Amino acid sequence: MTDELIRSSAADLAAKLAARDVTAVEVVQAHLDRIAEVDGGERGINAFLHVNTDEALAVAAEVDARRAAGEALHELAGVPIAVKDLIVTIGQPTTAGSKILEGWMSPYDATVVKKLRAARMPILGKTNLDEFAMGSSTEHSAYGPTRNPWDLDRIPGGSGGGSAAAVAAFEAPLALGTDTGGSIRQPGAVTGTVGVKPTYGAVSRYGAIAMASSLDQIGPVSRTVLDSALLQEVIGGHDPFDSTSLTDPSTGLAAAARVGNVAGLRIGIIKELHGEGYQAGVENRFNESLDLLRAAGATIVEVSCPNFGYALGAYYLIMPSEASSNLAKFDGVRFGLRKMPDDGPVTIERVMAATRAAGFGAEVKRRIILGTYALSAGYYDAYYGSAQKVRTLIQRDFAAAFGQVDVLISPTAPTTAFKLGEKLNDPLAMYLNDVATIPANLAGVPGLTLPGGLADEDGLPVGIQLLAPAREDARLYRVGAVLESLLEDRWGGPLLDKAPSLVEPVGFRQAQSPLVEPVETLATKEAN
Amino acid sequence: MAAINRDDVAHLAQLAHIEMSDAELDKMAGELAVIVDSVKSVSEAAGADVPATSHPIPLANVMRDDVVGHVLTAEQALSGAPDTEDGRFKVPAILEED
Repeated sequence: MTDELIRSSAADLAAKLAARDVTAVEVVQAHLDRIAEVDGGERGINAFLHVNTDEALAVAAEVDARRAAGEALHELAGVPIAVKDLIVTIGQPTTAGSKILEGWMSPYDATVVKKLRAARMPILGKTNLDEFAMGSSTEHSAYGPTRNPWDLDRIPGGSGGGSAAAVAAFEAPLALGTDTGGSIRQPGAVTGTVGVKPTYGAVSRYGAIAMASSLDQIGPVSRTVLDSALLQEVIGGHDPFDSTSLTDPSTGLAAAARVGNVAGLRIGIIKELHGEGYQAGVENRFNESLDLLRAAGATIVEVSCPNFGYALGAYYLIMPSEASSNLAKFDGVRFGLRKMPDDGPVTIERVMAATRAAGFGAEVKRRIILGTYALSAGYYDAYYGSAQKVRTLIQRDFAAAFGQVDVLISPTAPTTAFKLGEKLNDPLAMYLNDVATIPANLAGVPGLTLPGGLADEDGLPVGIQLLAPAREDARLYRVGAVLESLLEDRWGGPLLDKAPSLVEPVGFRQAQSPLVEPVETLATKEAN
Repeated sequence: MAAINRDDVAHLAQLAHIEMSDAELDKMAGELAVIVDSVKSVSEAAGADVPATSHPIPLANVMRDDVVGHVLTAEQALSGAPDTEDGRFKVPAILEED
């Protein structure tokens, strides 16, 4: 029963709850039990930084009572969800994976969290991430890395490795992520899960701790395409608290996921986003997906986006520039850590410098310094100004491509999950993981990743990325759901059925507290 | 474009209010030099005729009525502060005393 509950999709759980086959309390408890079972301990997944047991059970009990009283509830009422710890929540700490915000309690809810509460979705807890969402492996979390459920010695991707691993390890059916350069999609790819970066502005950013405001986007994380569509409908829509929020309604996405055909659609392979630099097993699975879509009646053509070669460089100028400005507010005055200087006069300036030195990890410092450099007098035009022009070129490439095709397709990440520690001391190698996901953020277009199978050489998940024009998120769900169903027919079930069981034989290990003690991480070692 | 050196990093760290040890400055200078080198092609990508894009979806300025809207109470605003006094944020000296 418990196994069946935790393996169910959100849509199936919603149907079971509506039919009163199960109670929301049973559903939430099953997930809390799973978290207790697999998340803690030395070899635990460490997807959660905080588990919200009491509140989640209370919300579930309220859903059950209201349902018993015959009240009409939201379709996802009682379906639990995990929230990336970059998104602020009343009643639970928000750390952004940083020591500078350890134990910080937000006095307000993010808009997306308000929407979850309005739909009465129990929040299971807050998920791990690279500090301030800066990284592609969660190794830059100040609270220890998250482990990939497919192989505990490998990274779950980042920055949203906690949300992706929670969903992949059946600790939650749904999660929220944030995607600035691929932080929803790349973890989705390496954990065999689904993740969507909506059109910029389709989901309010109010209450997501900002890294790069013109690139950041909150989006859904799930195990099925339909579940992400259902979740985006909950969290999307206009928000007066976010001036960049679009006024478009957040509807028609689940319907698009249920269309069930791609006949006559034109799908473009991006010439620059596969081939050289992509692992052979990734290429093979990618080609297989193309064959399936072709057989289902889609027309596959190749398009060229010649300026995508500059995307990574432009991103690593724009993102740190915006981040250096956004992170200036962590100064030991209004919230979070305050560290007094070890000696000498105690002035606010010296307290700030000591606080930021003690509170920020190595990658955050690196990006702040890089951004300060790119914005400094004498370099602004050459760096930040040029990067903004590249952004225009990337948008033009997308416009030209979408003049020829309905959606674009590529591998989500160039490789499968690498080993923990493997790229930690080579920032540039780490940055290359996002080469295929970054163009969407620069142009503001939506992107979806879904599992494309396992790579031949290592048996690890491969992600397939779909991209659509701005405001055409529905196309991703339509094509994604069809490809998912074609692939699952081929595999005989969901890809995650092939993932190893995380549960050791009974009696092998004591029950673990779900509250994970912070362990020294490679990132903190590096900083020391 | 000029390469980034250790003195640059020390100056930038000062601007960014981050105290750094000598070892940290050395390490960061090396890493940043590699990163800056890898992104410099960006400055050659676009000609003078290409306009800059600051925002992915063009938007007009957003206005609202000039009335008190969503605000935090003083208590909420101060709830996460390291130090407060009399309903205000308390900070160390702004200027060094002589």
